[in-house]
Amino acid sequence: MRIAILSDIHANLEALRACLEAAAPLGVDRWVCLGDVVGYGADPEACVEAVARLAGDGAVVLKGNHDAAVEAGGGGMTDAAAAAIAWTAGVLSPAAREFLAGRPAAAREGEILYVHDSADHPGRWTYILGPDEAADCLAATDAFLTVAGHTHVPAHFSTVSGLAGTTGKVTSFRPLAGKPLPLARIRRHVAVMGSVGQPRDGDPRAAFGLLDLEAGEITWHRVPYDIDAAAEKIRRAGLPARLAARLHEGR
Amino acid sequence: MAGPLAAGTVIDGFTLEQRIALGGMGAIWRVRHPRHAGPLAMKIPIVGGGLDVATVVAYETEEMILRRLAGPHVPRFVAAGDLRNQPYILMELVEGDVLAEVARRAPLPPEEVALIGARVAAALDDLHRQRVVHHDLKPANVILAARGAVLLDFGIARHADLPDLVAEETDEPVGSAATIAPEQILGERGNPASDLFALGCILYLLATGEPPFGEPVSDVGQRRRLYRAPKPPRALAPRTPRWLQEVILRCLEVNPADRHPSAAQLLFDLNNPEQVPLTARAERTAREESLAARLAGWIAGRRAPKPSARPAPGGAAVVLVAVDLSRGADDLAEEIRAEVARILARAPDARLACLAVLKLRLVGETDRRDRSGRTDYVARLVALKDWARPLDLPETAVSFHVIESIDVAGAILDYAVLNRVDHLVMGARGASAIRRHLGSVSAAVVAEAPCTVTVVRRKRGG
Repeated sequence: MRIAILSDIHANLEALRACLEAAAPLGVDRWVCLGDVVGYGADPEACVEAVARLAGDGAVVLKGNHDAAVEAGGGGMTDAAAAAIAWTAGVLSPAAREFLAGRPAAAREGEILYVHDSADHPGRWTYILGPDEAADCLAATDAFLTVAGHTHVPAHFSTVSGLAGTTGKVTSFRPLAGKPLPLARIRRHVAVMGSVGQPRDGDPRAAFGLLDLEAGEITWHRVPYDIDAAAEKIRRAGLPARLAARLHEGR
Repeated sequence: MAGPLAAGTVIDGFTLEQRIALGGMGAIWRVRHPRHAGPLAMKIPIVGGGLDVATVVAYETEEMILRRLAGPHVPRFVAAGDLRNQPYILMELVEGDVLAEVARRAPLPPEEVALIGARVAAALDDLHRQRVVHHDLKPANVILAARGAVLLDFGIARHADLPDLVAEETDEPVGSAATIAPEQILGERGNPASDLFALGCILYLLATGEPPFGEPVSDVGQRRRLYRAPKPPRALAPRTPRWLQEVILRCLEVNPADRHPSAAQLLFDLNNPEQVPLTARAERTAREESLAARLAGWIAGRRAPKPSARPAPGGAAVVLVAVDLSRGADDLAEEIRAEVARILARAPDARLACLAVLKLRLVGETDRRDRSGRTDYVARLVALKDWARPLDLPETAVSFHVIESIDVAGAILDYAVLNRVDHLVMGARGASAIRRHLGSVSAAVVAEAPCTVTVVRRKRGG
């Protein structure tokens, strides 16, 4: 069973298409989308449509804070993010808004928990940026593997579980693109996927994850995409210029 | 599973036949399985009370890394046990001499020390190229097999692509007392130079019969190597040649930056004793007393490294340039030199080996060949050094080799393989009818070279 994970698409259709095309030949049995389909980017309607098609084929699709803000408003967000949400709410079709509004904050499938932010109070929009937040996430669930997004920065955390004398230390690791990471059974893991549509780890390529249950491995893939086109659309839509420029920087 | 392990015990279908080694992280048993032809080796914790976390993490680490390693210098990974119930690593049973047994005969003749050192250095080069630092190299973890040195025990190794579970689980330095590198004692992991230090300890032991720092039990005893230099090998074993002392003491430098830049460059020295540039290390007759003073800056300048700091294995390159100076330093030779300069500018730690092949004639010239061959040899060496002079390389970064062969391409290829060359640079003369029929040296080299090849050709006007 191979599960492809898309997170934080942020209305970047060029990046989403590149990820879908790159993932398909890897033998994907299931798709999971961890939320934030919209916000920042200029193609919210097309991205929601694409994700809704995946959901129609059985994909898990969660709600992120930007998806929630389409209905609730961009209060508490940065000016650029709030401006993008106001614009997005204006261009989304009622069907797309309904689809986003109906998404859950988390989904548990057996020993795997999918969540946009953290197992620690999903919907509070906590960022898992380091071992401390990862420890809170691990403490809030008994899942063997928690797959999260929200930070736009790929990361892996784990702690030894069920062994006498365990220190409870949480390991933290910055995964390398395309290098499978083993998910040892003596540990519990938190895998924070990067962002499809707005990477912030300094690598501007689109990110998606591939979880291979038989091999017990997870891989962070990176895919080049037409950044110029996505950025140009953002500028033409009249969205804050910074949202276009940061795509080139991956920041 | 309950009870002590004994011959006849069956684990996951594997029957334990004979215990062949005992180490800190468990025992190695020869095992058999009805579905596997021939015996295999199973590394398994010595059963006592509950398994401690450090042991389980070591098995987790070894499984993770051994699965990803390939080639002749590691045992082939077969399977691993469930870490929650019965950790074990099942691997190929490697036939050969354990270096720890060989080391009982130490001091060994210098030629044998160099030969063993070269085999282990070749294994380390292969390991480092696969982005792994061993961190526990010692005689008990090396098997001298027919196919080369085989390294065992990756329980505290570090793979650059994977989380460093060992460092994450403990704040204590991890390694073996006799061979642990100074930076490893200070908590740094993932530096390939740490394995070169350990190999230096092994060479010292083989050459003198004594470990350079003893086998200190206490932390304080282990830290002593940070400020107290070992006695030079020649003080203990006077027949150790200067060049070998130079190589060993360079491996044992406290600051990793002062060691060989890569296992391949150490291998190069061990393969080419006459090319080892001798420094004050070679002449030392007593312990270096000023070590602490020399290193004060290095130690003070160190910050506690982050456990997940990304190591950069692989290391510095060996660049081989083959120049045909049979017609003197012509335009092509100059072109080649310019290209070499560009390559070296991109690889500051690289070492350059300059090679000229004297082509031997096959028939009827035995006498003349012997007489004039010698002078040819010296003349070519002089020409080669003169050719390289404008590159202005320090003595430690360049070496010169003139070899005689009937088969020029074969000689260049053999040299590149033996010395683990990373990048080969050579020239190609313009096309001619004869060349098209017989094939050129450069074409033969390009076809079979084990590394990147740059072929330099004079641009033709037209």
